[in-house]
Amino acid sequence: MLDAPRNPAVSNPPTQGFTENLGPGDLIRRSATGSLPPPTRQLTPMAKLIDVSKCIGCKACQAACVEWNDTNPEPEENVGVYTNPHDLTPDMFTLMRFAEWENPETNNLEWLIRKDGCMHCADPGCLAACPSPGAIVQYSNGIVDFDHDACIGCGYCIKGCPFDIPRVSKTDHKAYKCTLCSDRVALGQGPACAKACPTQAIAFGTKDDMKKHAEERITDLKSRGYKNAGLYDPEGVGGTHVMYVLHHADKPGIYNDLPDNPRIPPIVQTWKGATKSVGVVAMGLAAAAVVLHGLFGKPNRVTPEEEARADDIARGDRP
Amino acid sequence: MSDQTLIEPGDAIQPGDPPIVHRYSPATRLNHWITAVTMILLILSGLALYYPALFFLSALFGGGQLLRTLHPWLGVVLVLSFSLLFVRFWRGNLWRSEDGDWVAHMGDLVAGREEKMPEIGKYNAGQKFVFWSLALLILGMFVTGVLFWQEYFAPGIPIPVQRLAIIVHSVLAVFVILVIILHVYAGFWVRGSFDAMVNGRVSAGWAFRHHRKWFRRLVEQSRGGSGRAT
Repeated sequence: MLDAPRNPAVSNPPTQGFTENLGPGDLIRRSATGSLPPPTRQLTPMAKLIDVSKCIGCKACQAACVEWNDTNPEPEENVGVYTNPHDLTPDMFTLMRFAEWENPETNNLEWLIRKDGCMHCADPGCLAACPSPGAIVQYSNGIVDFDHDACIGCGYCIKGCPFDIPRVSKTDHKAYKCTLCSDRVALGQGPACAKACPTQAIAFGTKDDMKKHAEERITDLKSRGYKNAGLYDPEGVGGTHVMYVLHHADKPGIYNDLPDNPRIPPIVQTWKGATKSVGVVAMGLAAAAVVLHGLFGKPNRVTPEEEARADDIARGDRP
Repeated sequence: MSDQTLIEPGDAIQPGDPPIVHRYSPATRLNHWITAVTMILLILSGLALYYPALFFLSALFGGGQLLRTLHPWLGVVLVLSFSLLFVRFWRGNLWRSEDGDWVAHMGDLVAGREEKMPEIGKYNAGQKFVFWSLALLILGMFVTGVLFWQEYFAPGIPIPVQRLAIIVHSVLAVFVILVIILHVYAGFWVRGSFDAMVNGRVSAGWAFRHHRKWFRRLVEQSRGGSGRAT
């Protein structure tokens, strides 16, 4: 396969015969860009599959992420939860979120660990909201990436994201999030987190393969009594290139507020859609109207009679 | 009969040939033009952030990062500057009985029959509309803008609130631009108005034609000193 060796996360990277992909010709969306030339080829859609039921909460993925991206998250205070740091930060692109959930059916306490991070939506809200041309791009393999040279730090991507993922750095005023290790994927490797995961709870490959793999996992989970096990690949954002296998797929919210039906928020769509068109029409008409009136209308001028009369009144010659 | 028509500090008729009517003091003009320049910069930077086709305007501000930094601070300058204008102008812009009549005759104004308009004070109903709508719009834009000011405030504001703030901010911006277009064009169409804000002076004829009550009051003032009619 030209662009995507199967399950590259666990296999070693190819040593030859692989040309770097993810160039400008592979873009299918570019923020604040009206007419993007069509991509020169179609890459195989890739996906990361996170099997929540296999996660042991070791945080190797977080460590690998920090290592690969060379970020340096600040150590924070321990407040009695395992989640560390407390939230995604501009230096922590992925985060194990720990939840303790009491299953009302079994009375069991379940420890739900979800690896949070960018979902790489097929319909990315961040990209829709971004005002800076090219600061957010989407490749034909599904990766949504930030170009920090073009990022202006406005934080609009945060408003557009249905998953609350991007974080703006206080240091360089640019937005950061998981890149799906686009630099590794471009060279035929899997993301660093997937490579580091000791239980292979994180898998990476073509989206089709990952869906098949998910099916096997779901069948297995169902046979073990998790009757609501399922795949999280939400329709509302056109599907995602980071998917979850959840043992309670009917209740995504119990996994630290994973949204039931994420989509680009309607307000953001209106703001970037109707508001813009109506606004430009209103302002354009008003500007055109005054220009036309200015050119062809009669100016409102004081007449010489009025000047004479007013001067007389001012001098006291006339009441 | 005592005339309640307001005259603002500095308003006066300077005798001479021809007589000169002082309409705006130097401080008022400086205040107005700082507000105007700030407003124009805000509109340009705001449009750059709103319309991708106009993002190139960010070059005027030294690039996207600098534009993003400056825009909210320009908003702060505008609010401070406009607040001073507000203090100067609010009394003169209170609604008066003749304003309703003026609005009813707006067709005559546009048709060039200004002699059919009622006599009015220093500001006509159109100017009052510009004044009050800008006051409210600027307040609304400031409050909504602060809510998603990334550098200082946005991280502490719930994201759904920010989404609401950002769309309201955009809609209000369209109204601000419409009002500014009206304001600038009115100043151009009514010849002599622009000079009033540039050098502070208008002709007696201009005051007589457009703000006759105010003009008469100034004449009384120049005769009686106190400005009270007897």
